[in-house]
Amino acid sequence: MTAPAPLNKTIYTWNFKACAVIAGLAGLFLLWRFFFGIGSVSNMNDGYPWGIWIAYDVVVGTALACGGYAMALLVYVFNKGEYHPLVRPALMTSLFGYTLAGISVMIDLGRYWQAYNIFLPWHSNLHSVMFEVAVCIGTYVMVLWVEFAPTILEKYKAEQLRVRLNRVIFVFIALGILLPTMHQSSLGTMMLMAGYKLSPLWRTGFLPLLFLLTALLMGYAIVMVESFICQAWFKTPSEMPLLSKIAEFIPWLLGVYLLIRLESVNLAGNLALAFNGSLQGNMFLLENALLIAAFVILVQPKNRVRSKMLFLASSAIVLGAALYRIDTYIIGFDPGTGWRYFPSVPELVITLGVVATEGMAYMWVVNKLAVLPKAEHA
Amino acid sequence: MKIERRDFLKGALGGGLLLAADAKPAAARHVAKELPPNAVGILYDATLCIGCQVCVGACKQANNMPVEHTAGTDPLWENPEDLSAKTLNIIKKYGSGDYPVKDTVAGYSFVKRHCMHCLDPACVSACPVSALRKNSDNGVVTYDKTACIGCRYCQVACPFNIPKFEWLSATPRIVKCQLCSHLLAKGGISACCAACPTGASLFGRVEDLRQEAKRRLAMTPGDSYDFPVASLGSKEFQSHKAGHYIQQIYGESEVGGTQYMLLAGVPFDKLGLPTLPDESFVALADGIQYAIYKGMVYPLVVLGGLIYMIRKGEGDKH
Repeated sequence: MTAPAPLNKTIYTWNFKACAVIAGLAGLFLLWRFFFGIGSVSNMNDGYPWGIWIAYDVVVGTALACGGYAMALLVYVFNKGEYHPLVRPALMTSLFGYTLAGISVMIDLGRYWQAYNIFLPWHSNLHSVMFEVAVCIGTYVMVLWVEFAPTILEKYKAEQLRVRLNRVIFVFIALGILLPTMHQSSLGTMMLMAGYKLSPLWRTGFLPLLFLLTALLMGYAIVMVESFICQAWFKTPSEMPLLSKIAEFIPWLLGVYLLIRLESVNLAGNLALAFNGSLQGNMFLLENALLIAAFVILVQPKNRVRSKMLFLASSAIVLGAALYRIDTYIIGFDPGTGWRYFPSVPELVITLGVVATEGMAYMWVVNKLAVLPKAEHA
Repeated sequence: MKIERRDFLKGALGGGLLLAADAKPAAARHVAKELPPNAVGILYDATLCIGCQVCVGACKQANNMPVEHTAGTDPLWENPEDLSAKTLNIIKKYGSGDYPVKDTVAGYSFVKRHCMHCLDPACVSACPVSALRKNSDNGVVTYDKTACIGCRYCQVACPFNIPKFEWLSATPRIVKCQLCSHLLAKGGISACCAACPTGASLFGRVEDLRQEAKRRLAMTPGDSYDFPVASLGSKEFQSHKAGHYIQQIYGESEVGGTQYMLLAGVPFDKLGLPTLPDESFVALADGIQYAIYKGMVYPLVVLGGLIYMIRKGEGDKH
């Protein structure tokens, strides 16, 4: 495996420019949101107080950004040093994902200028799941920046600082494993409070465990998807041997998830709801079909060494687990008073703008900093 | 003491499984919330309500809320359709067929909706910054805009869909009934009860209101009885024929009990009030959260374990 190196290619490609246009448009809608209120750009309402800004940007976004967490767990807790080349790119996507989720939260908060109240002890409500999630995510964003700092310090030749940081970085690595374990499971606990408003197809005491498992699953799957995309776009060398090894234990994780997911609904006697033809039922089936498909592919050893199958399976995991989270926060949620929610165009553009910003940052960083494995020269 | 990586992992895994299995008893540990010492509330009797909506206007006046036109064009009449950021209480009507007889399933009924002032309020538990608090003396659930960050978790958590948000404001607040706390502080009663001409909305101490509700449920339908007006302590009474009550005090036990209680002649689910378990959803979420964290002891132990393993892993390499 080659050492990471900057790609040093043109940054301002058409892809980059397209992202810039979307981000710019989102910026205009954001101005609108800050002057005339959240309701002036979004379709959120008193029945559906959370829309895609929370369900996608934060709840799915941070899970997509769990690559760093999932790889760190593998490398540092399970002591599999051979995966180290995958850590840096994973850490970078985590950094972007979480930072942008943090920004999305600020867009979504009605009284964002008082957000610091969370950190004031006389305001803090230790009983609140939201409090725990907010503090954990806030701290984790800072931890991620520290974890990624050596890559930046290398570039700017701040050698002394880099050495000093390296001496204490183990504390941050440990926090980088603990904090996502806490808040990713709590994102599940959060929706327990919705009580009967959350359909029995999603409401279970296992929500925290299922959210933790989907965070890990999406973490490993996104590392694979990203590696395949980088190979295709940036012509980085194949990481297939490592990816195949990750693919060996994913069926276990996925199997445990599916068992708990389906049995928790089945044992409560609610599985029939999945087949009543309703939107909720169909989404439940789709979500689980994607994950079962991935399980069926990966459980066969011969598929784990075929890059097409691996790409297919990891994409199915990302989609299925993301859908599980969106279902838990939006589709499975029904306040029961005739309220409806579907995101408005400006609302969607703002979310796309966040994704586009992430894309632009990614393109800039991989070209300037040593993150991706060095491309093979033809 | 030497902890091997394998043992630590085993312990962590076992702990995780225990937590999952522990979820139910943890919820049971959550003790039912008792009535605050001077809990006050409202008893609404749909059989006494004539649907005049004086309470809606009185509430707006007492709380400086703007008028709201949601239907029709007549600017003289206010007609909010439901609770909103401009409307803290509302009279709604249930009706079927051609509405022949009041307070029957085949006929019609009124229902008054506003904050229930739960004994174990989901909104208070949900709020990360304690902007929603339950007064420890009179049990009123209040809102503080200087603390609120506008995350709207209270809206997600409230089983009655009560908190509303100012969607079209650059500086939005959460809006909900606070039982006219500013009037209570001056020794008064909530405006809706003071204004109600029939005693359908009755203010009082929750313990006394529960007694009053039980007295009504024991009445013989059709016989005349005295009903207090405005508040339980007042000297004003009206004589009415007792209605055909559903034998249930809504709010006596729902989600652990509420300080706003209702009586009606039509089943409550028909009036838009959800059928709820006696245990609050707060209890379940709280129980799981407690089982996982044990007051931050577990996370610190795990952090210590992680640091140990990472250092050991580094040592192996060198």
